[in-house]
Amino acid sequence: MLTTEFIRKVQSKEVDIVEHTAAVLEECKKINKEFNYFNVISEDLAMKQAEDLRRDPEKPLAGLAISVKDCICVKGVETTASSRILKGYYPLFNATAVKKLIHDGAIIIGKTNQDEFGFGGFATNVGLDYPIPLNPFDKERATGGSSGGAAGVAQKLSFPHVSLGESTGGSIVNPASFCGVFGLCPTYGRVSRFGLLDYGNSLDKIGSLGKSLDDVALVQKHISGVDRHDCTSLDVPVDDYPKFVGKDVKGLKVGIIKEAFGDGVDKHVENKVRDGIKKLEEHGVKVEEVSLELPIKYGIQVYYLIACSEASTNLAKYCGMRYGAHGKLEGSFNEYFTNVRSNNFGKEAKRRIMIGTFARMAGTRDAYYIKALKVRTKIIEEYKSVFKKFDAVVTPTVPILPPKFDEIKKLSLLENYMIDVLTVGPNLAGLPHLNVPVGFEKNLPVGMMLTADHLQESKLLQLGGVFR
Amino acid sequence: MDVDEKLIEHVATLARLKLNKEEIKEFTPQLKEVLDSFSKLDEVKTDGVDISPQPVEIRNVLREDKVEASLAQEDALANSEHKKDGYFKGPRAV
Repeated sequence: MLTTEFIRKVQSKEVDIVEHTAAVLEECKKINKEFNYFNVISEDLAMKQAEDLRRDPEKPLAGLAISVKDCICVKGVETTASSRILKGYYPLFNATAVKKLIHDGAIIIGKTNQDEFGFGGFATNVGLDYPIPLNPFDKERATGGSSGGAAGVAQKLSFPHVSLGESTGGSIVNPASFCGVFGLCPTYGRVSRFGLLDYGNSLDKIGSLGKSLDDVALVQKHISGVDRHDCTSLDVPVDDYPKFVGKDVKGLKVGIIKEAFGDGVDKHVENKVRDGIKKLEEHGVKVEEVSLELPIKYGIQVYYLIACSEASTNLAKYCGMRYGAHGKLEGSFNEYFTNVRSNNFGKEAKRRIMIGTFARMAGTRDAYYIKALKVRTKIIEEYKSVFKKFDAVVTPTVPILPPKFDEIKKLSLLENYMIDVLTVGPNLAGLPHLNVPVGFEKNLPVGMMLTADHLQESKLLQLGGVFR
Repeated sequence: MDVDEKLIEHVATLARLKLNKEEIKEFTPQLKEVLDSFSKLDEVKTDGVDISPQPVEIRNVLREDKVEASLAQEDALANSEHKKDGYFKGPRAV
């Protein structure tokens, strides 16, 4: 059943939303036992929402199940971003994106697993005590990250459902690619960040993942817009996104980024993405090769400098007071904070705090942090000049097929970070980007990434519609 | 850049982290690899280039300076284990 039809049936009470929601939650529990996608299944909240909705079903998203990445606050539901340092934190408010969805009749089914605070590209850097989510197509492989649980559940759940994810350097499209679903990361500021646990404030975006691009477009429309609680949210009208999915693409121009193919890209991935590009051409899209050197050559360094610098300041607030993990009140305040932080942050959180602290230190700040902010300007300018000629650019989303866990363990830290090589560019420049599943190789999904100019989400949905 | 155990310990102290011996041993070569790679940016000419603290143009957002409803004191304290007489109780400051 199409989601629009499902919503209509909930509105007209042809579908009993209480019974339906109970069935959705049962399936979530079953999936979770096997795949570790949820940190919390919010049964009480979901059932209460379903009962309220049964009484008053005239809502535009009536009954649509939504899972929420754990770094996004849901009132009264434990929210930890998969970090032990936030264990026991129950937000007193909903994130704006969540508030809007609840207002429009969507049902919140749970909080999804992720790399701790978003620190990873495989969802293997979950915090202490959290299980690693497993790829829906092969349990020996990674879901991708950091929104690994979100992408996994988007693939596995059989009911109408969309996952809310979050991306700082590729955390929506990367797991969407590894799990074979659509994933849309919007323009920076398009969706309010109020109620999102910050990783890098100048990079974080809330977006959506789902098996159906129409559903992704629908949810994206409902979460977008200006918000007085987030002064970086953009005061620009929101397009009617669902109308663009399926719209004729004839005459649109797409640039194939030359540097994103060849060395370091798995041949199987490249072939499938080339097939995807051919499909666009068959539908009348004009394609042409284009050079975009800076984001791929220097993006990783710029991204890790900026993201870790911002993360190291953001994570300073986690110190065992006010909320989350506490310790025994003893020693000086520095000793107390240090003990709580050392005992509760996972290894990758510690490493990124260290990298960011190093980059902002007296003596290194100008050479590293400020330099990265300048190269970022040049990266943005390079994209802007390409979008004068093209409606979108295309690359593989991730250069490899979903790897096995024992393969990931063998990577050096820098090799591990290189998984983001194709996704950091649009994230640094705040550009909307979409993962499109383009087929399977060795029974594993391959994703193609489309990137457009600021606020051109509609064009991505239009182009993605060719693959729905 | 000389990334050695001494530097790692210094940065950890600044970041209010206490690393055990194993972590220091593990992190030192890992962070050296990443920090060394940052020098790659020296290849990019940035004379006269402005910084981009945000990716899109952001304007100041102002509102009337009026008192509005905020979290109740009880709610603000609800997530804390350490509280006393309606206040957070923190570690010793002096």
